[in-house]
Amino acid sequence: MSVDIDLAVVGSGPAGLAAATQAAELGLDTVLFDEQATPGGQIYRNIEQVTAQRPQTLKLLSTDYYDGLVLIDAFRNSGVSYQAQTAVWEVVAERGDDGMISLGTVTGGTAEMYHAHAVIIATGAMERPVPLPGWTLPGVMGAGAVQTLLKGSAIIPDVSSVLIGSGPLLYLVAWQLLRAGAPPHALWLTTPRLQWRHALPALPGMLHAGDELWKGLRWLRELRAAGVSIRSGAEDLNIEGDDQVEAVSARFGGRRKRIKTRLALLHFGIIPNTQLTMASACKHVWDSVQRCWRPYHDDWGVTNVPGIFVAGDGAGIGGARAAKLCGQLATLEAARQLAHIDTRTRDALASPIQISLRRELGTRPFLNRLFPPPALNVSDELTVCPCEGVSAGELRKVIRLGCPGPNQAKAFIRCGMGPCQGRMCGLTVSESFARERGIPVETVGHYHLRPPVKPLTVGELAGLAGMPTPIVDSGGLPTKGHK
Amino acid sequence: MFRRLPEAQIEVTLFFENQVVAAAVGDSVASALLAAGITIFGINQVSSRPRTPRCLIGNCFECLVEIEGEGRRQACLIPVRNGMRVRKITADEEIVP
Repeated sequence: MSVDIDLAVVGSGPAGLAAATQAAELGLDTVLFDEQATPGGQIYRNIEQVTAQRPQTLKLLSTDYYDGLVLIDAFRNSGVSYQAQTAVWEVVAERGDDGMISLGTVTGGTAEMYHAHAVIIATGAMERPVPLPGWTLPGVMGAGAVQTLLKGSAIIPDVSSVLIGSGPLLYLVAWQLLRAGAPPHALWLTTPRLQWRHALPALPGMLHAGDELWKGLRWLRELRAAGVSIRSGAEDLNIEGDDQVEAVSARFGGRRKRIKTRLALLHFGIIPNTQLTMASACKHVWDSVQRCWRPYHDDWGVTNVPGIFVAGDGAGIGGARAAKLCGQLATLEAARQLAHIDTRTRDALASPIQISLRRELGTRPFLNRLFPPPALNVSDELTVCPCEGVSAGELRKVIRLGCPGPNQAKAFIRCGMGPCQGRMCGLTVSESFARERGIPVETVGHYHLRPPVKPLTVGELAGLAGMPTPIVDSGGLPTKGHK
Repeated sequence: MFRRLPEAQIEVTLFFENQVVAAAVGDSVASALLAAGITIFGINQVSSRPRTPRCLIGNCFECLVEIEGEGRRQACLIPVRNGMRVRKITADEEIVP
């Protein structure tokens, strides 16, 4: 089956929800696709069930969580078609004769093609994968994963965990675990001691967000008061164990600390999830401050590919409130391009949104300085690509042998060729090439990603009506098919 | 490793290999297994290391299992259903072509 629509929105986090709701208000025929069973993205995961039926979990979550309910209510009332549990496995940028963009989707074993005049990709963020000794052991998880368990299923650790890394989410998760009755043993921060001094010059941007700062300081105070050991300047991290985490250790200044634990929760900030934009031939730029890729786009979310827009953390980390505003702006420009509104209407509607967005993004320089990404550590024995078991040493060897770049490294040593399609190793591989060669990461580039970016069975693919039928010649070999 | 807050309503039963797993409505297959104490979802055939879910939001692909006879599904993205049959992926299925 194939469906024609005005606008396709991918992702139901704050950016996607706001974009789709705005689109309905402007009269665009819109479909929102999302992998999860319920709307909200990661930040507002499962919020409808939690607010309606789970008071215990609700108490643990920060008040920001409620913002999501307003967004979701507006979305539910907007009349936008909502395709839940639907993965978008490709967005084909080459426009056909009809000038539309095609999207391949799959829902519960059924693949479909949609044709849209415009697509807003709002696929959000993911935790930055950072290779460490022992990072693939059972008992190691992202701190975000624990929050997913809490929001999704009211599940909390029943062992004393150690949280390691940096970034606001790490503090939040530590505080939530404390309040849930699962206090962590320790919070080890990889940010250098006195890092706040580097952030001070950017403090003015935080002025309107002073409550955020106080909230963070209160979390720390409550954690300390509860006896959680908090140390900054953790270096040389090591996760020990054979088939399961048994202990973690790190160096603080000149002294090494070791804690026995069965659960190590890692978090090194979040980066845009660029899997779909990269596979859609959108140009990406290297963010040298946050050390990650983000799709190239203008202030409206317009990418280099006509008809494809980006919004939210997937376009560059800005937080949930900024994501919502960016989603609205992308829709306004899409509606203008589709001649649903004129430029003057777009600008009038956009003006208050742009003012709010500037204020929201004003906090980023401070946060970026306070929580820099950890230094790249690629000692030889480290596993860089968990899927294919490729070590940093093997990678370095082929780089020194003259392997031209990340895509050729795939052929040499299979890094990035496993099920995750390079999601876990892509950054490390690009940065390793840059370091070894002494050239900018932007010059190195990133893995070429190709659809499908989500798993698709041959059966699902074959079920697509309207796909070219392979013509089998007498020799039994498929020749080029045609429609 | 994990426990549930008392408010969780256990209403669903699924099977992992031959083990009966009690789950709550709204669980993903991965969260139900983790709550039941199952942390190893398979063995990586390249490195022989045990596979365990790390991200639970569809990115790490360490939670791949066979669900209702269909191989290599992301357990963190699939909601539980009563009577669901979940298996580890066998060795030769693990190898990435």
